[in-house]
Amino acid sequence: MSDMGGDAANGLLPPTPGQTVGPFFGFAMPYERSNELVEPGTPGAVRLHGIVRDGAGDPVPDALVEIWQADPAGAVVARSGSILRDGTFTGWGRAETNREGGYWFRTLSPGATEPGRAPFFAVTVFARGLQDRLFTRAYLPAGPETSEADPLEGHPLGADPLGADPLLASLEPERRATLVTAREPDGSLRFDIRMQGEGETVFLRYDHAPADQVSTDQVSTDQVSTDQVPAAGRDGAGA
Amino acid sequence: MTDTERDAVPDSAPSSLPDSVPSSAPSSAPDARLDAAAESQAQLSAEIEAGHEAYEKGLAQGAPEQFGPRLDWAPYRSSLLRHPTKDLHHADPETIELFAPVFGERDIGALEADLTVQHNGEPIGERIVVRGRVVDGQGRPVRRQLVEVWQANAAGRYVHKRDQHPAPVDPNFTGVGRMLTDDDGWYQFQTIKPGPYPWKNHFNAWRPAHIHFSLFGREITQRIVTQMYFPGDPLFALDPIYQSIQDARARDRLVATYDHDVSQHEWATGYRWDIVLSGAHRTWTEPEDSDE
Repeated sequence: MSDMGGDAANGLLPPTPGQTVGPFFGFAMPYERSNELVEPGTPGAVRLHGIVRDGAGDPVPDALVEIWQADPAGAVVARSGSILRDGTFTGWGRAETNREGGYWFRTLSPGATEPGRAPFFAVTVFARGLQDRLFTRAYLPAGPETSEADPLEGHPLGADPLGADPLLASLEPERRATLVTAREPDGSLRFDIRMQGEGETVFLRYDHAPADQVSTDQVSTDQVSTDQVPAAGRDGAGA
Repeated sequence: MTDTERDAVPDSAPSSLPDSVPSSAPSSAPDARLDAAAESQAQLSAEIEAGHEAYEKGLAQGAPEQFGPRLDWAPYRSSLLRHPTKDLHHADPETIELFAPVFGERDIGALEADLTVQHNGEPIGERIVVRGRVVDGQGRPVRRQLVEVWQANAAGRYVHKRDQHPAPVDPNFTGVGRMLTDDDGWYQFQTIKPGPYPWKNHFNAWRPAHIHFSLFGREITQRIVTQMYFPGDPLFALDPIYQSIQDARARDRLVATYDHDVSQHEWATGYRWDIVLSGAHRTWTEPEDSDE
């Protein structure tokens, strides 16, 4: 029955329950370049990658990872084209794991949406055997402070950006480490996901946010037209 | 059950294939080392029933109602090593999490909401229309957001290369659709009613007929992947995945209703299924329309 009436304790309609993505999403959910938020050679392009493992430490070959992020300037992007993939940076991507549990994205480093906050990729995980999606965050690693000369390198908060983050500050160091990407020698960002057991990734539940926490003027509302003109200084196109 | 009977579902799949059982079990689930193929439906049903009884008892003692599935739910054997053992950590949603990606008409092909016209011929099966409204917890429509669907064909066979079920593939049916909700939150697509599907969770395990749905709300905290079921399916009680939702009223929310107003004269029967996306409940003010 799809009754729209409900008696949720908080006065809201009761939500539709989730169910597992099952074993056979591979012919439907991933699509061409769904994991490529930017094209090869885009200035500031970074590879975000990792391995998804289960409670035995074995790779999970049938998981799906999605990322949603701000652009390098910290603006929330409100542009269509995630499926079309015509060169528009939309901030969203989807990757299935391979036989060895590996996934990768080509994207841009997210900027901080508010001053003093550590930038991160919002990550959603789905898999066969997982009853409902899991939310987590992949924070940029601490590093040298961003310079005006090279806004796409380094970290906007300098050497210890992570201590100031409310979520990270609320976690034991060992648990906190599961949410921070590692900068590999080749410049890529590594984010392994452990669904269970030793080094289990911290997964999140979101609760009520104060209504005044967000104002919509933080959203970039560039007019999108079919003849895409990338805004200067955005998407690495004019930086 | 004899070994001969057991061969009714070929077990040619190597152990790494979908819905095989993990070879080692976490300490939290000592009974997980059983050979899945030897486990009977009766045993699974007893586990399901015990879980639900515990939930009902908790409710009676004042425990909160559970709206979603239980992550730690042993009757779905594939979940044993794939659920977090630590409590989900509370996070105040940050700005990016209070928004969702934007999808537009240019992302979707005109025919993607019709799963029956993606090939040269008509797929075999019962043609159906599925229609419903996507709203948030306050009942407001979720406008212009992406809905993705995928499913088995009328014989219960997926196109996926790893589906070993010896039922016919339909050359005229892939089973994948995409659409956007309209300005009032409505989605609608045409397809073929999927058949029930056998799987390897236990001996003689069958999934009720279902269509997988993937939805985005206005904020990423509303992101959901779920399954829609058909009314009156005799397999509901036997299915560990459907029954992973402990609350009977919550389970009902995944079952579509036959809707004669959605049926089309001499063409298709109709089903209605509404969806409520509940996230962090940001007080929503409509932004400037940034898409076509």
